[in-house]
Amino acid sequence: MARTGIPPFELFYEAHSDEVLAFLRRRAGRARADDLFQETFLRALRAYGRLEHGEHLRAWVLTIAANAIVDAARRERPTVELPAEPAGEDMRPAVEELAPLTDDLPPKERAAVVLRYGYDLDYDEIGAALGSNEQAARQAASAGVRRLRKEKESR
Amino acid sequence: MTGVPTVLDERFRAAAAASGDLDVAYDLLDDTPVGPLLVGVSDRGLCRVGFDPEPEAELERLARSFGPRVLRTPRALDRVRLELDEYFAGRRHAFDLELDLRATPEFHRRVLEELTRVEYGHTTTYGALALQVGAPRAARAVGTVMNRNPLPIVLPCHRVVGANGSLTGYGGGLDRKEWLLRLEGAIL
Repeated sequence: MARTGIPPFELFYEAHSDEVLAFLRRRAGRARADDLFQETFLRALRAYGRLEHGEHLRAWVLTIAANAIVDAARRERPTVELPAEPAGEDMRPAVEELAPLTDDLPPKERAAVVLRYGYDLDYDEIGAALGSNEQAARQAASAGVRRLRKEKESR
Repeated sequence: MTGVPTVLDERFRAAAAASGDLDVAYDLLDDTPVGPLLVGVSDRGLCRVGFDPEPEAELERLARSFGPRVLRTPRALDRVRLELDEYFAGRRHAFDLELDLRATPEFHRRVLEELTRVEYGHTTTYGALALQVGAPRAARAVGTVMNRNPLPIVLPCHRVVGANGSLTGYGGGLDRKEWLLRLEGAIL
C-alpha cells in the first residue's frame, strides 16, 4: 500500500508548512494567507493518497499553494474584467498559457519553468522548492526553455 | 515547524479530520499512568495503541499498513482518550470502541478475538488461549500474538500469564503489565 519514498503526511506537513505559509504571506498578503494555508494543505491531503512517489514534494506543495492563490483571485474578481488587466499584475494568464506548453518537459525543468515564468518566483525560491539551489534552478529553467524552443522549431 | 501559529495549525488539523481524507488520525497521550501512548484511528476504528512511541517509526508503520495520509488530529481521538481515562481511573471495565484489525494476520486476529472474552480482573494462560482457538500446541505462537498486539490495553493481552502464574512477558514491559493487573484487581 505504501509507495516508495512517500512520507507519512504528518512528516510532509511538518517539513513544509512553515515555508508554505511564508510563501502565501509573501504572495497573497497576511490577511489572505491563513485561509489559503488551510486550503493548500487540504488539497494536498486530498491528492496525497494518489501520489506515485515522494520526489519534489516541496515543488509540488508550492505549486498547489500558487494554484490556491490563483483560484482565490479568480473567485474574488469577476472574469469579465480580466482582459483589461495589465499583463504581469495578475499571474493567471501567464500560467494558463504556459502550463499546457510545458507538459512534455522533464518534471524538474517543467517545475522550474512554471514557477519562474508562470508564478514569477525567484530562482532561490525555486531552488528551495526543488530541494536544490539557486544555480540548479536557473539551469533547469533555462534547459526547459531551450527544450521548448527546440520543440517549437521542429513543429 | 516553528512559524505556523498554533491556532492556524489546529484549525487545519481539525479541518483535515473532518474532511474524511485521512487514512489514520492519531494523537500522543503524554501523561497516562502507564507513560506516553500513541493512539490512532482509521475510518473503521481504533487501529493502534503504542507504548513509548518513537513517533517517526510509528508513523512510517501506520503509513505502510493503512496508507500515507497519517496526521496528528487530537479531536478525532476524543472518544478513545475519554475511554482510556475512565479505564485508568478504574471507572471503565470494558471498551466500547470499533476496532480496525485489517493489518493483522488472520491467526493473530482469531487469537485476539478469543482474548476479548477474558474479562476485567481475570487472567488466562497462553496454553488455555491456544486451546480455545483450536491450536493446543501453539502456546508459544500465542505469546508472539500477544507480543505483537497492535491494541494493547484495549485488547487485554496483559491478562495472559504463564501456566505457573508468573507474568512471563509484556510488549510494553513487565512493570506495565503488573500495574494494569493491579488496577484491575487481578493481583494484589
